[in-house]
Amino acid sequence: MKYDIVIVGGGPAGLAAATSAKENGIDRILILERDHELGGILNQCIHNGFGLHTFKEELTGPEYAERFIEKIKALNIEYKLNTMVLDISKDKKVTALNKEDGLFEIEAGSIILAMGCRERSRGALNIPGYRPAGVYSAGTAQRFVNIEGYMPGKEVVILGSGDIGLIMARRMTLEGAKVKVVAELMPYSGGLKRNIVQCLDDFGIPLKLSHTVTKIHGKERVTGVTLAQVDENRKPIEGTEEYYSCDTLLLSVGLIPENELTNNLDVKMVPVTSGPEVNESLETSMEGVFACGNVLHVHDLVDYVTEEAVAAGKNAAKYIHGEYKKGTYIELVGCDGVRYTVPKYINPDNMEDVVTVRFRVGDVYKDSYVSVSFDEKEVIHRKKRVLAPGEMEDVKLKKEDILAQSDLKKITIRIKED
Amino acid sequence: MYDVMIIGAGVIGSSVARELSRFQLKTCVLEREVDVCEGTSKANSGIVHSGFDAKPNSLKAKLNVKGSKMMEQLSKDLDFPYRKNGSIVLCFHEEDMDKLEALCEQGKKNGVDGIRIVKGEEMKQLEPNISDEVVGLLYAPTGGIVCPFNLTIAMAENANVNGVEFKFDCEVEHIEKIEEGYKLKTSQGDYETKVIVNAAGVYGDVFNNMVSKRKLSITPRKGEYCLLDKKVGTFVNKTVFQLPTKLGKGVLITPTVHGNLLIGPNANDIDDKENVETTSEGITDIIEKAKLSSGKVPANQVITSFAGLRAHEAGDDFVIGEAVDAKGFFNAVGIESPGLSSAPAIGVMMAQLVEEYLLPPKKKHFIATRKGMVDLAHASKEEIAELVKKRPEYGTVVCRCEMVTEGEIIDAIQRPLGAKTMDGVKRRTRAGMGRCQAGFCTPKTMEILARELHLSPFDITKSGKDATLLVGYDKEDL
Repeated sequence: MKYDIVIVGGGPAGLAAATSAKENGIDRILILERDHELGGILNQCIHNGFGLHTFKEELTGPEYAERFIEKIKALNIEYKLNTMVLDISKDKKVTALNKEDGLFEIEAGSIILAMGCRERSRGALNIPGYRPAGVYSAGTAQRFVNIEGYMPGKEVVILGSGDIGLIMARRMTLEGAKVKVVAELMPYSGGLKRNIVQCLDDFGIPLKLSHTVTKIHGKERVTGVTLAQVDENRKPIEGTEEYYSCDTLLLSVGLIPENELTNNLDVKMVPVTSGPEVNESLETSMEGVFACGNVLHVHDLVDYVTEEAVAAGKNAAKYIHGEYKKGTYIELVGCDGVRYTVPKYINPDNMEDVVTVRFRVGDVYKDSYVSVSFDEKEVIHRKKRVLAPGEMEDVKLKKEDILAQSDLKKITIRIKED
Repeated sequence: MYDVMIIGAGVIGSSVARELSRFQLKTCVLEREVDVCEGTSKANSGIVHSGFDAKPNSLKAKLNVKGSKMMEQLSKDLDFPYRKNGSIVLCFHEEDMDKLEALCEQGKKNGVDGIRIVKGEEMKQLEPNISDEVVGLLYAPTGGIVCPFNLTIAMAENANVNGVEFKFDCEVEHIEKIEEGYKLKTSQGDYETKVIVNAAGVYGDVFNNMVSKRKLSITPRKGEYCLLDKKVGTFVNKTVFQLPTKLGKGVLITPTVHGNLLIGPNANDIDDKENVETTSEGITDIIEKAKLSSGKVPANQVITSFAGLRAHEAGDDFVIGEAVDAKGFFNAVGIESPGLSSAPAIGVMMAQLVEEYLLPPKKKHFIATRKGMVDLAHASKEEIAELVKKRPEYGTVVCRCEMVTEGEIIDAIQRPLGAKTMDGVKRRTRAGMGRCQAGFCTPKTMEILARELHLSPFDITKSGKDATLLVGYDKEDL
């Protein structure tokens, strides 16, 4: 089998990348999806709030996915479901496995990585106690409730205020469970402000910041958890322990890009994001291998995933058409509160008129400035009322500005407080 | 009436069952949990000790060395993962070198092959990541690693195939002496047997003390562990022990036979025989101690932590044999480390004792081998292609972290003494044992279990009894 572009993952990133590549003149595209349907995790996100940027209307996750699935069908883009990619080789051979074809190999002209992310588990946090049934990641619980129609528990404590945790606090309540508390290790929430208001405040669910679970009780099924306040080093403070009886502990303690295949490829990785290092075209350090969506860095909004994936699809098409230029790279550096930037490098010869640079901050900042410097010269100084780790930020860089600065070597993005 | 009833389906009960299944005996294993390998056997280091650690002439020393020598062949006969990776013991202070020498001498006395002291540059050649503080080490090339689940499951399955009955969810409540042997009152009714083999782990003392005036006393000695991601599975190649000092016994760092890295255990004597909870102090303690062996130990790669109980008997040695005042009641008690390594030899020893007591004829058609689980993650492309042709479900990956397919999960359920729970599937196939810790595969594995066992999803449990996973339908309480 030979394809111009093979896309690993049929979630929002993979679907948008595929349609974009097709619209940019590539015919031989194949999407490989491990689940039994396209759409990825959107299928279990039955709440609304998707699509405000992309479609200027509020959709549910499945509705948002449906728009792209329809497009994939209308554009006759090929896809294989229930298909697991086992390996990607350096010469762009993709090995996959499914029931119908068995083990098979595809030669790809270009590859777009769109595998998404997974949830951090209890083990990664080393939460002490027994190991009973009733400890679920928020996403697993979401699947049970929203897709299978089953309740994983009735009295719930949630650790972590990431968006999935917040959404699940509301969902479990709507489905008849009692959500007793959401505990967050950090002094600020990891989720979007709007989710805190709409999912917790509106339902009277308390959010305890600077708190963590110090013990899980129950030998067979969870019977309760102990919560404690933490100090500035995130260590539990003795004497602040509080027992909550519950049958379920949901964890929403972070997402990790699923880069197992990428790691085998030996591309350069960014430790902060756990995603690959990419340039302005969202190309990894391996020529012709692109990445977009949550496999690249974890997003808050699917709309931004779509935007990124459209760019990746278009650039992969350019690569196949041979319109890609070699050139010199300008490095992007995040510092003073900016934890990382995507992309990490810009080759002005390949960039569009405007490149969106996305980043996250490492702390909560109020009335601060996002500052961008071209070498030593500050070119953007933009006031932000609030910057928080839970909300992805971006700056848009214009090609004309970059070209105007001769011999530009480094673009620095930082947060200035004053 | 049974000839032999074995209490406990851990690694010892299963090993004894397998060895006894060579004879024409009506044998039954009673297990209070719903699966084999649910107690001490499931939460330990998975080490096949070469045998230098136990005092010469102790049962621990004899059975360890013998069991360790049996393990390789057994792993071939019963098809479970075992690797002879070698063990080293690190010494950090010149003044402790005589203790290391003494350990080496003890190993030689115990009959450990190839054991020797290593100093200088060769130390880092053997194990590059060890600390610069190491002044000398003991190298035992015959040390190994084994999958404790599959070792137990393999022996139990093989015993079952050879006619041994297993009763699960069957707790022994009382034992009464009767004319021909014993009467056991259990949660599933009363049974009579000529011989009892007590392989009840941390409860071994309880059953002995029901029939014998010669009381035994088991103290549960808890050990906590951290299991690390396969990404760092080759951080060490050998099992790295620390020479015990006045500060304590130290912890080990070892690759597991499945390619993870394992660190632990600590040792704390407790009262509660059910207490397998981990503690933050314990986890911190083992990570700190592991750093002595290598400052670079990748503690941020932990994917899960767990605790197990060692069945420590007051006499500090295995108690194996007929209770002096209870004819036909045989103990395999106090089987703490090196219990896993000794298990094959303990099975043989116990079978001999029972043979001498009951004088049973040997079976003519004992099935000595067993085919293990299909393992797609380690199969060649050609083998995978063949397997998918045979059963298309081998083409559907359920657990993406460990690459376990629906076909393998179906196999695990349909095998003799097959999996009935999520943990049962996990220990047989590794589905859910990877870095996402069953986040993705739980719903699908439950669906397969329910379908294959003709159960409602509400009856699927993590580990039996009340470990239910789902509590009702959406909105049913509104």
